Amino acid sequence: MPSSERSGEPNHILEFPGGYTRSVGPVIGRFLSELRDGRLKGVRTRNGRVLFPPVEYDPDAGDDVTDEFVDVGPVGTVTSWSWVPNPRKTHPLDRPFAWALIRPDGADTALLHALDMGVFDLGAKPPRRLRTGMRVRPRWRAERVGGIGDIECFQPEVTMITAPSRLEYRLQGGRALDRFLEGVSQGKIIGHRCDVCGQVIVPMKGLCPKDGVPTSEEVELPGTGTVTTFAVNNLPDPRAPEVPFVSAYILLDGAGLTMLALVAGVPADQVRMGMRVRAAWRPREEWTRSMANIRWFEPTGEPDVPFDEIKDHL
Amino acid sequence: MRPVAVVAFAQTRHKGEDAGLSETELLAPVITEIKRRTGVTRFGFTCSGSNDYLVGAPFSFVSALDAVGAWPPISESHVEMDAAWALYEAWVKLQHGEIDTALVYGFGKTSQSSYPEVFTQGLDPYYLAPLGVDQVSLAALQARAYLERTGTDERRLRAVASRARTDGRANPSALHLDDPGDAEPYEVAPLRPHDVAPVTDGAAAIVLAAGDKARELAGRPAWITGIDHRSEPHQPGFRDLTSSPSTRLAAAKAGGTGGVEVAELHTQFSHEELILRDALDLGDGVAVNPSGGPLAANPVMATGLIRVGEAAARILDGTAGRVLAHATSGPCLQQNLVCVMSGERSDG
Repeated sequence: MPSSERSGEPNHILEFPGGYTRSVGPVIGRFLSELRDGRLKGVRTRNGRVLFPPVEYDPDAGDDVTDEFVDVGPVGTVTSWSWVPNPRKTHPLDRPFAWALIRPDGADTALLHALDMGVFDLGAKPPRRLRTGMRVRPRWRAERVGGIGDIECFQPEVTMITAPSRLEYRLQGGRALDRFLEGVSQGKIIGHRCDVCGQVIVPMKGLCPKDGVPTSEEVELPGTGTVTTFAVNNLPDPRAPEVPFVSAYILLDGAGLTMLALVAGVPADQVRMGMRVRAAWRPREEWTRSMANIRWFEPTGEPDVPFDEIKDHL
Repeated sequence: MRPVAVVAFAQTRHKGEDAGLSETELLAPVITEIKRRTGVTRFGFTCSGSNDYLVGAPFSFVSALDAVGAWPPISESHVEMDAAWALYEAWVKLQHGEIDTALVYGFGKTSQSSYPEVFTQGLDPYYLAPLGVDQVSLAALQARAYLERTGTDERRLRAVASRARTDGRANPSALHLDDPGDAEPYEVAPLRPHDVAPVTDGAAAIVLAAGDKARELAGRPAWITGIDHRSEPHQPGFRDLTSSPSTRLAAAKAGGTGGVEVAELHTQFSHEELILRDALDLGDGVAVNPSGGPLAANPVMATGLIRVGEAAARILDGTAGRVLAHATSGPCLQQNLVCVMSGERSDG
């Protein structure tokens, strides 16, 4: 309920118990009878327009409408909409929804009705799918009585489905990765030095990707390094602290190859190429055989490394 | 046409919350004040505008007559509309030529109910009211249509609301509302709370007089040079909500808007000002709602009459030569009244 309104229980109620009885006449009566049968009918004016919902007179000319009722819809186009983040108790839905003007195919005018866009928390902003021009269909009530509420609400046409997608694996990382993770489980970052080119590969693969030769000489690297390049991510990821987050290539001191890691502890728009960072380890009691032991890398505060020194590690 | 003018205007210091006064108690001081200012205690005709649903009691407008004094019996009428339409009825009565003065008043107290839901009960009972669609939701449909058709940014709505609130703080009768916040959530998108006229309790009265009687009662009467009202289909889905052809037509029938310096518009939602400016061809040089307008005080059923009163006051105090007042009724600016007034008497 909007905050501007007075709260508290009413001490006076104006009501016709059971509802006020109204006759509907032949035009609205025909429409409501067809509606009860699950059909949308418009009425034709003398100049050929189709009014929906039907009324007795042509609003332009003032003439009686004809007695020709024509099928319209059931698909319609939204011509304007408003979004109710906090429904009133008098509203037809108790979760956020849209009011929409809907012009059914074959009609020249629009009907006002509620448009259910799905499940949202109270106070939600309008969903992006909700657009003027979107195509919608009525959701009929099973028990119909001959009232505008025989349409419970409208709902969007089906434009998407959600396809199930899941496969199960039992993966082995391989011996080199196994050894690397063993190091990580003890708080160490281990790499291999290549006998041919001398560069340190971390995490090691047991091979030098440059020379194509096996490697086995272990080297322990410090937890400090330099951001060579990075990306700002705006889609949430369970491994990241919040959106936006930064994933970066980090050249550990002494390493010849970069590794991919999160950078945090600094606003995303302040991360720089050449920025000095250090590993932020989780508390020792939380360590497992996983890279998650390093929560992310954080700035050290040292001066940035000149671009020339990292340009070969992008 | 018989020359008819607004010769006096009075209104309450409107309140944004229930101050414990009944509608009649709200109205009585305004009637007393306008009788004192004009020196007239008996009027040729009395006409009021109000809404029984605001207090949920039938014929509640009748008890308001206690504030007027109706004995010996007076010639009286009432419209279940904004009192701007009561003013129109009184103007027609004055055109008949049998009376020279008329008292017009309106009053509204929205603090006791949910006005957007009361409004629902005034909608078509077959297609609209059963849905429970309320006034703000309907207005938001029109706002959306206008914003999309014109490419207008929602920030322009905020600018309208901000100016209204600034002007309202300079008006002792209006509510004194803070500037709109930067990130207010939507009330009904695309409208935010500041785009919606506030809950208000208040009343207003105007005295109309014809010909020489007007000169006798006011030094500079606000002569009504044109007044007209027009309506569009009730169903919002039958209309182009991005414009207000009934306002445009009423303005043309009222003699056009040329030379207007001040326009008081019945804008209960900020986008309505943009639509009405278009329909009335008001240039940037026209001061719109210098009183703050309905976005700064909306005692419904008096709000439209107050537009006439605020505009006329600029003639009466000599600060403007030609002014326009607008009033509206129904969903999404369905029915519109335009009243043009001038310091120069028109016998046209």
